[in-house]
Amino acid sequence: MGSARLYAAVAVGSFRRYATYRVATAAGVFTNTVFGLILVYTYLALWDERPHLGGYDQSQAVTYVWLGQALFATLAIQGGGFETDLIERVRTGDVAVDLYRPADLQAWWLAVDVGRAVFQLAGRGVIPFVFGALFFPTALPRDPALWSAFLVAVALAMVVSYGIRFLVALSGFWLLDGTGALQALMVTGMFCSGMALPLNAFPQPLGDIVAALPWAALLQMPADVLMGVVDPWSAFAFQAAWAVVLLAVGRLVQRAATRRVVVQGG
Amino acid sequence: MAEGGRAAGLAQGLRAYRLVAGMWIRSTLAYRVSFLMTALGSLLVTGLDFVAILLMYSQVDALGGYSLPEIAFLYGLSAMSFGFADLAIGSAGRLGTRVRDGTLDTLLVRPAPVLAQVAADRFALRRVSRIVQATVVFGYALAATDVVWSPQKVLLVPVMLVSGAVIFASLFVAGAAFQFVAQDAAEVQSAFTYGGQTLLQYPPTVFGTELVRGVTFVFPLAFVNWVPASYVLGRPYPLGLPQWAAFAPPLVASVCCAAAGLAWRVGLRSYRSTGS
Repeated sequence: MGSARLYAAVAVGSFRRYATYRVATAAGVFTNTVFGLILVYTYLALWDERPHLGGYDQSQAVTYVWLGQALFATLAIQGGGFETDLIERVRTGDVAVDLYRPADLQAWWLAVDVGRAVFQLAGRGVIPFVFGALFFPTALPRDPALWSAFLVAVALAMVVSYGIRFLVALSGFWLLDGTGALQALMVTGMFCSGMALPLNAFPQPLGDIVAALPWAALLQMPADVLMGVVDPWSAFAFQAAWAVVLLAVGRLVQRAATRRVVVQGG
Repeated sequence: MAEGGRAAGLAQGLRAYRLVAGMWIRSTLAYRVSFLMTALGSLLVTGLDFVAILLMYSQVDALGGYSLPEIAFLYGLSAMSFGFADLAIGSAGRLGTRVRDGTLDTLLVRPAPVLAQVAADRFALRRVSRIVQATVVFGYALAATDVVWSPQKVLLVPVMLVSGAVIFASLFVAGAAFQFVAQDAAEVQSAFTYGGQTLLQYPPTVFGTELVRGVTFVFPLAFVNWVPASYVLGRPYPLGLPQWAAFAPPLVASVCCAAAGLAWRVGLRSYRSTGS
């Protein structure tokens, strides 16, 4: 009970930390809207040429674009969450302080990242999405059950995204310099999450491969749940399975990593 | 007298730029393996957005009426111009950080133009990989398009590249100037620079008229490639612009340059140190 309160406090603190930077948030909203605009026109052209590409009609493709922009920062699809902080703390040695705390490293940073993600969903995600829904033909459901299922899928996506980035951050214990790992995160995030093109529009067999990877749980699953393209329960199962696997692997790697930490006295 | 002073100032700025950039290059090359790895990584990252286009073309033959080689032509031009501007002056995007933590003051007391110092700050040689990747795509475009080349068209290509780089560089400088006012708004700048570059990878026929109008007359990105490339590819001009508009990029670039210079001066003059 006590530890639940602790992690809740950490998450709230993280939420407030990100909420402090109002100008940066407004700038992010603007940027996501601009990129959404560019992408939506290219998708409209693409679906004009190939109606029903990947099983989407044009309005579903448009919805997908704006969901992508809304979730881009929330799910830290190309990075930009807690992982840069943690890698820096590993490099400088400050991570020793984290390990001293009477709290679990993985759970602590999960709470930090959830606080950030919730803020960015509300602060950065909603406006570009509303803009897109107002000015472009979208396929949004009226059924509140689908919207709540969507929120569940987004919450699960947050955990999967965290699981991936926690592993990336832990690589810092061995590599010290996180540049390469962060770059790899960016590439995979951009490509495998369907940020560039919905995964169902990929040519086969590439499409089947990326659909099975954990990145498919980030954007594709919540989008398909909201648009009623996929059965919510099978989407939740896919997401939850990857969340459990990634968190378990993260725990094993964490154990190996913390054994390597040497605190220099003085 | 004033002319002589300006020329001397320019020479001094270029010298300062060369010295600062040279220092950063030497420091980067001290860690050769790390440099090679990050350069290769950037090559992969920048290459990916062309892979996204290839994925789209695996499903269709044309987008907005443009074939893959034609898109590659647009892509190559915009990405090369952007690459040169980003390499030369992209570091100016970090100005907001320097304003926020007060380290800009150090640059102000040095006897060298601030813009030159900001532009060369943390000069990132790995950005060469963007140019390399864009050149490869452009080479493919040249080999695959069936353009009937005339002397004017051949001459227009280097003119486009230089003008395009200057237009993008002006955007970087104007964006940096904006950060004097809104320190945390570095992302607004990427909406215009990276966003603009992404926009120009696709043909103008894809986008709504309002958007095309905006990037032609307000932020004249259309002159980086859309308008002159329409001439080379023998396509109708966006917005029905007159024929001579294809040769306007140098003029547009000079106007952008002047506007960015003005914005920079206003920004720098409005700077108030945090005092730390």
